[in-house]
Order: sequence, then structure tokens, then C-alpha cells
Amino acid sequence: MIEGAKWRRWAFFYIPLGAFIFTLLFPFYWMLVTAVRPDSELYRPWNAPNYAPFWTAHPTLDHITYLLQETLFSTWMLNTLLISVAATLISLFCGLLAGYALSRLKFRFAGMLGTAIFITYLVPQTLLFIPLADIVRNFRLGDTPWALILTYPTFLIPFCTWLLMGYFKAIPRELEECARIDGATRWQAMIHIIFPIAVPGILSAGIFAFTLSWNEFIYALVFLSSPTEKTVSVGVTSELIRGDVFYWGSLMAGALLGSIPVAFVYSFFVEYYVAGLTGAVKG
Amino acid sequence: MAVSDVTTTSDTYAGSVRRWPITRLLEDERWLAFVLLLPTMVLLGLFIAYPFVKGVELSVTDAKVGVPGNFVGMQNFVVLLNDSIFRVAVWNTVVYTAVTTVFKLALGLWLALLLNRNFKGKALTRAFILLPFIIPTVLSTFAWKWMFDPTFSVINWTLFRLGLISSRINWLGDPNLALISVIVVNIWRGVPFYAISLLAGLQTINPELQDAAAIDGAKPWQRFWYVTWPLLLPVTLVVVLFSVIQTFADFQLVYVLTGGGPANATQLFATYAYQVGVGTGLLSQGAAISLAMFPVLLVVVIVQLLYIRRVETL
Repeated sequence: MIEGAKWRRWAFFYIPLGAFIFTLLFPFYWMLVTAVRPDSELYRPWNAPNYAPFWTAHPTLDHITYLLQETLFSTWMLNTLLISVAATLISLFCGLLAGYALSRLKFRFAGMLGTAIFITYLVPQTLLFIPLADIVRNFRLGDTPWALILTYPTFLIPFCTWLLMGYFKAIPRELEECARIDGATRWQAMIHIIFPIAVPGILSAGIFAFTLSWNEFIYALVFLSSPTEKTVSVGVTSELIRGDVFYWGSLMAGALLGSIPVAFVYSFFVEYYVAGLTGAVKG
Repeated sequence: MAVSDVTTTSDTYAGSVRRWPITRLLEDERWLAFVLLLPTMVLLGLFIAYPFVKGVELSVTDAKVGVPGNFVGMQNFVVLLNDSIFRVAVWNTVVYTAVTTVFKLALGLWLALLLNRNFKGKALTRAFILLPFIIPTVLSTFAWKWMFDPTFSVINWTLFRLGLISSRINWLGDPNLALISVIVVNIWRGVPFYAISLLAGLQTINPELQDAAAIDGAKPWQRFWYVTWPLLLPVTLVVVLFSVIQTFADFQLVYVLTGGGPANATQLFATYAYQVGVGTGLLSQGAAISLAMFPVLLVVVIVQLLYIRRVETL
């Protein structure tokens, strides 16, 4: 518990923590207020006498209706969902198999391959996006969801593999050996004994991979061009701004709604997400 | 001994039940490893290794969009060395990475220490604090762009009401302020990651060590500096290295807030590569700018690898 006099508790604990929470969450509150604020209030300069920034007396759903009816927002949401789920599943599949092989099997180059996968984990998307755009075009994947479904695993697989290796290493070898004594093949032991035990790890990796996919921007920006193919982040950036005019109401509504799927998944699996995050760092 | 026993048993078993040849093949560790690693190797080979080779290839040609270029040697890199915008971008990237990393570490550590105590609503607080990190960067950055809007800025309103300013501040339009504004948003987004990772590190430290130091008369500050910090250092280093790579190669935040402007005041490696490679269509030049990040990233990766190997051998 927090020790010391009352003023010390306030000065060294409650006030700093409160300030952190306020600063970290304020932009989201601001998104929400802007999304439901009518345009007449929105575009009132900050030094106007009746500028009331922190609430609105006339909340409206106009921006959200506009977003859903007049723009392709719902299409972008579906695109992003499809791409994120598909990329996550592919990455989990590859990561599970690779993680098992690297942590459990003895073969030549095992160490080297492990290091290679770890290095790809550290390759940022911005290093390769230009040649990759060329390759995507040559494979005739440009402007299709496949351009992202197949390239997102490049940063998700290394992460999933690395995280799952940690889980596999923690499972005692004897468990597998018992199964094999009872007549299971290596393959069966892997599928029926090891994978079920690693379910928490799979869940962590999956949730983390899903949020990373949903967050990805530069590949989506460069590989997709038709408005109907875009993901939420790219669609909001490119289609809700006309020249220099920002439709702030619908932009914020878009930012808010576009964040909901990630926030939703996150809220149910906070512990798994944190395990994924810290596991990703510790390895 | 134990291993050979296992093999004999399963061989006997294999003889009694009909097995497909493929199943027998997968009993061999090397073949199984090959099959298990194949999908990963294909995907990473096609979309990491191949683009890397292709990027190097592009950077020594004069290719433009739709025009397969000719070999020009180091021409693109020579051009970069004499390119004043590129120099600005390099400098900005270094400042951006250094300043944000220091602040993210300091504030993240502070927040982690606060969260490491027991208080009501701790789990909920921790869940909410991670929001800036999990919400898609582009979307939350738009909220900041709106908060920085010169005419409608809520930050200006607050500062004005507090009597700190008398006229409006153009956060993103002023070349001197733009980089600072971008840095603030990056710190805002990164602090939760540092805090939660360091909190995980703090939780592995045995509280008895703290108690022992306290009994020996160590003040809270000394307890932190001589007990907690040295034990937290390994986690800290890994977190910092990860974050440095991400920050050094950052794109989306600057793309949304300023697009690299005003007058290239916030131009980074990645935004400049995008502007040249995609915006102007000079593929080879853009690829060269991206690849110029590589030596720095390589150094960080090597430090990371050496460090992880050391941890594993301990």
C-alpha cells in the first residue's frame, strides 16, 4: 500500500497518476466530443466568447450518419476486418509450426534460422515498402486484399514465432515423450499434446497480431489505390479530406468507430494482450 | 538411453499399424522441421528477403514508375549526400528518435513505478493506460491534429484561459514548433508501451530485496537507484532497442500531422522516401533513401542480438 502522510500520497502518487491518465486519455474524449458536436459549434474559433470546448449542449449523430451513408466507411471496415483476420490466421499457422520446429526439433541451421527470423522481426515496414510495391505489382496482387493478407505476415510471423517459442520451451519434453511411447507420431504429439497446452500463447499472439494488422498503414497506403479496396486508416486519411478541407466531425467519428473493433478485442483479452506485449519484448 | 527406448517403442508400434510414407517421413526430425518451417520460409523469402535484394538492385539504377532503369552505380547515394532535404531528414530523424526515447523512457519508468504499487482499480487503470498504444496510430493522430488546429485548438483555448498565451499558436504550421509537436505525439503514443513493459519487469523483482535495503536504512531514492534500477536494466535495454527501431523508421504519425512540412521541418527518412519514391515516382531514389536507414538499424539489431545471446548463455 502507499505509505506516508496524506499530502505525500497526493503529491507523489495520486496527482502524477491522475495527470498521466488525463493526458493519455484526453485525445479519445476529444474524439468523442467532436464526433457528436454539430458543425455550428465545431467551427467556432477558440477565442470566441461562447466557445465551450469540453462538452456540447446539442449532441448530434449527423457525422456518424454521414460517415455510414455517404462514404465507403463500412466497406473499409469490412476490408480491414477481412485482411486483419486472414493475416492473423496465416501468421498464427506459420508461427505455430515454425515456433515448434525451432524450439523442439534438432536439425542443422536451427540456430541460424532462429536468428534470421528474429532479425526479420526487427525489419520496419518503411525499409522495404518501395521494392515490395514493385513485387506486389509484378505478382498482380496490387489493389487487392491479397497484397496485404500476404505481406502483413512478414512482420507478424516473426513475432508469433518468437512468442510461441517461449511457450513451447516452457512445456516439459516428458509430456511429448509419454505420448510417443503410447504410440503417437511426432506430428500427432505436436497437434494433440503441445498445441493445446500453448493455447494461452496462441491467443496472446493472435490478439497482438490482430491489433498490429489493424494498425498497419504504409503498406495499405502504397499497395491499394481504389477507394473500395482501402482499409480504415487509409480511407479515413485520403477520402475524408478534400484538398485542404477537413471534415473534422466525420473524421473524428471515423477515428472513433475505426478504433472500436481493436478496443473491443482488447477489452476482452487485456491480460493476453499484455502477455503478448511483454513476451514480445522479453522473448 | 531414454531417447533410443522411445524410438524402439514407436518403431515397433509403426510396424503393427499401417502408416503412410509421409507419416514415416515426418518421424525424422529433419524432415519434420523442414515441413514445419516451409510456409514461414516461403512467405518471409518472398516478401522480406526478395524485396531487400530488389531494393538494393533498385537503388543502383535510375528506375522510375513504369520505366525499368539502367545501372548507375552509387549515383543515387551521391545525389543524396548533396541533397539538402535529405540532410535535414537525417538530422530530424536523429533528433526525433533521441528526444522521444529519452522522454518515453523517463515518463514510462515513472508511470511504471506508480502502477507497481497496490491501489484500488489498478487493473482497470492499466487497461486504460494502454489505449494510446493499441488504438490505430493514424486514427489517434487525427485527434491530435484536430487538437493542434490553429483556429480551433483546444490546447490554445486552455493556455489562453490560463493566461499563458495572448495570441494563437500555430503548432503544426510553425517550422520551429512542428517538430516539437510531432515529438509530443510520439511520446504520448509510446509512454504506455514503455510503462507496461517496464511494469512487467518491475513485477519480476523480488520485493524482499526492497525490504532488505529499507531495513539497512536505504532511502526510497537509494532503493530505486541501487536495487530496482540495476535489476530492471536488462528489460529496459530491450524495450529501448525495440522502440528506437520503430521510432527511427516512423512514418504514419508524421504523414498525418504534417506530411513532412512545413518546409521539410518534420521530414524523416521514411516520409522523405515516400515523398520521393511514391509521390514523385522516382523509385530508385526512394529505395536509396529507405536503404540509407539500414546501417543504423543494423547496428541496433547487432546490439540486440549480442545482448540476447548473452542473456541466453547466462
